[in-house]
Amino acid sequence: MDIFLQQLVNGLTLGAVYALIALGYTMVYGIIQLINFAHGEIFAAGGYIGVITLAYLNHIGVLEQYPMLGLVLAFAMAMVYCAFLAVAIERVAYRPLRGASRLALLLSALGMSIFVSNGMMLAQGVYDKAYPIYMFPQESIEVGGAIISHMQIYIFIVAILLMVGLNFFINHTRLGKAMRATAQDKTVSALLGINANRTITITFVVGAMLAAAAGVMVGMYYGSVRFDMGFVPGIKAFAAAVLGGIGNLYGAMIGGMIIGMVEVFAAGYLASEYKDVFAFVILIAVLYFRPTGIMGEQVDDTRV
Amino acid sequence: MRKDLLRWLVFVVWALVLLVPMMAPKLGFDTFELDFARPMKLVGMLALAGLCVVAYRAVRGGKEHKVRAPRNFGIAEKLSTPWAWAAAGVLTLSLPFWADNYTLDIAINVLIYITLGLGLNVVVGLAGLLDLGYIAFYAVGAYTYALLNTIYGVPFWLALPAGCVISAGAGAFIGYPTLKMRGDYLAIVTLGFGEIVRIVLNNWDNVTQGPNGVLGIKAPGIYIPEITDGSLDFVYFYMNKLPSLYYVILLIAIVTIIGVQRIDTSRIGRAWVSIREDETAAELTGIQTLRYKMLAYMMGAVFAGLAGAFYAAKVRYVNPSSFVFLESALVLCIVVLGGMGSIPGIILGAAAIIVLPEVFRELELYRLLAFGGAMTAMVIFRPEGLIPARRRQLELHIEETFADEDDDA
Repeated sequence: MDIFLQQLVNGLTLGAVYALIALGYTMVYGIIQLINFAHGEIFAAGGYIGVITLAYLNHIGVLEQYPMLGLVLAFAMAMVYCAFLAVAIERVAYRPLRGASRLALLLSALGMSIFVSNGMMLAQGVYDKAYPIYMFPQESIEVGGAIISHMQIYIFIVAILLMVGLNFFINHTRLGKAMRATAQDKTVSALLGINANRTITITFVVGAMLAAAAGVMVGMYYGSVRFDMGFVPGIKAFAAAVLGGIGNLYGAMIGGMIIGMVEVFAAGYLASEYKDVFAFVILIAVLYFRPTGIMGEQVDDTRV
Repeated sequence: MRKDLLRWLVFVVWALVLLVPMMAPKLGFDTFELDFARPMKLVGMLALAGLCVVAYRAVRGGKEHKVRAPRNFGIAEKLSTPWAWAAAGVLTLSLPFWADNYTLDIAINVLIYITLGLGLNVVVGLAGLLDLGYIAFYAVGAYTYALLNTIYGVPFWLALPAGCVISAGAGAFIGYPTLKMRGDYLAIVTLGFGEIVRIVLNNWDNVTQGPNGVLGIKAPGIYIPEITDGSLDFVYFYMNKLPSLYYVILLIAIVTIIGVQRIDTSRIGRAWVSIREDETAAELTGIQTLRYKMLAYMMGAVFAGLAGAFYAAKVRYVNPSSFVFLESALVLCIVVLGGMGSIPGIILGAAAIIVLPEVFRELELYRLLAFGGAMTAMVIFRPEGLIPARRRQLELHIEETFADEDDDA
């Protein structure tokens, strides 16, 4: 029982991270029907900027006194940096291809993904960069035999806060309304005076900021980051987005949670060396039996 | 001009924001250093390049640059004179007689990647299905030969068709559930499939020996006639030296080239092109799209299987780390660079992608960065590839072509 509870807690933590990444995929797919391969790399870049910020604060001695302030700064820096990165990628690789075939757009995204991950490798080296987690309180609480570290609780709370914030942004602001309108019908929303290019850029920025936060969380959780760490979580998060119904925000959140749970339970009870396989198997099964996903709307044939 | 300068300023600011935080800090185990020289040099170079563009546009007087269709329609056709064919034939056939082992090794690699590129071309270039797990079929071919040979002692020439059949079977197995989907879901599923194959190879210890790989694979062998004491004997000869291996892969590559060329111009090839262009319309004209897509997928897998079996026979050792996602991306890069659907283009692309990193050895680290950048740049600036397939180029530049014709009239 306590193993079950422990896995449940781990699954929730991991699922929250996947959900944050999946939101970026689903928003971008919803608006320009592109699988943004570079999204996983943006997540990794967030992890890198997080560790760089923390290392710098540690170097100047701030981290020792105010570890929580340092963490907030790390999140903020990572999110700002990734917003810039996403705008650059969108401008360079995707905007010139507006109206080109989907295959071209996808190849361009793949090229960017390889480019960015190797750029990070050249900048910071091939080895893992360790987060200074020893500067943070290491306490944990025990609930019914399961050990929950404070870090897991923080990750979960921050992820929930970000998702609530996103929900507010999408549903109750003008920009969010513009995003929904553009996703629904680009031509008509443009006729009504919504700048499509600007709205698309904002979508990329919002998705990138969530991914950046996820990157810092993963760094804090596992203790290190690597230049190629974006690849596998990227595919899994995409699987989560598809599972939830691509284009649907709540679907991405639920899908992320499910993928996280499945991975953790499969690793715990079945075979840990095959844990990466389960997400792909779920992806294939969903696409086969219910391509619209759990919460997907009617999908016309241009999407599936 | 002022607008250009403003854009340049934004560009420089962006470069600063993206490069300085990522490149300046040097993180040691417990140390932190800031080195601004490295990113600033790069930003300076980028700024200078941007300034050149601004100056160029200012000098040209802000005239809108008119996009013209590339004039080298059918460059490959123009080159294909009998003399050129004869020269190419003599060159490729005589290579082992005058080249050193290093060159020969590179030539063998180029031929392997030509086979892979042409196989992927069937899937991506002709049928328009983006396959990101293509290297999985290469792995299936390689492991088929490796296991058949080391466990049952099956010789290369028998294992080769077996490798093809099993690769095609794997293609059908993954193709059947996924090909009902359209477009880009397929890409992500094939990517997942590629990863599954690699993970299984890595963990199925009692068959594939996991990360250790399979050792002791035999080279291909042939019986060569030998006359001893007046009687005719056949001696079994292992082709384990580079020159004889070169001829084996040359044969495989030529078979692939002819095969792909024949399919491309056949009824099947035209069906694939119509599926690529508009699947709904193709279906309405009576093409059984699912069947043809399966065929494309299996055909691509067969060529990858051929290349894979040869790879196992050449290296005589296989392990899962040779079949990572980046290899799939590399083959895709060959196809995009050379020109989707273009056989001469892909031959050139394979040669470029294998030979260039060998020539610029000191830039080894930047290899993948350049591939990624080249892929995006090609798609944006020259989507038809270096040597375009004629049909495809006409499609991609149709408006410009007609615009030009209007000018001439």
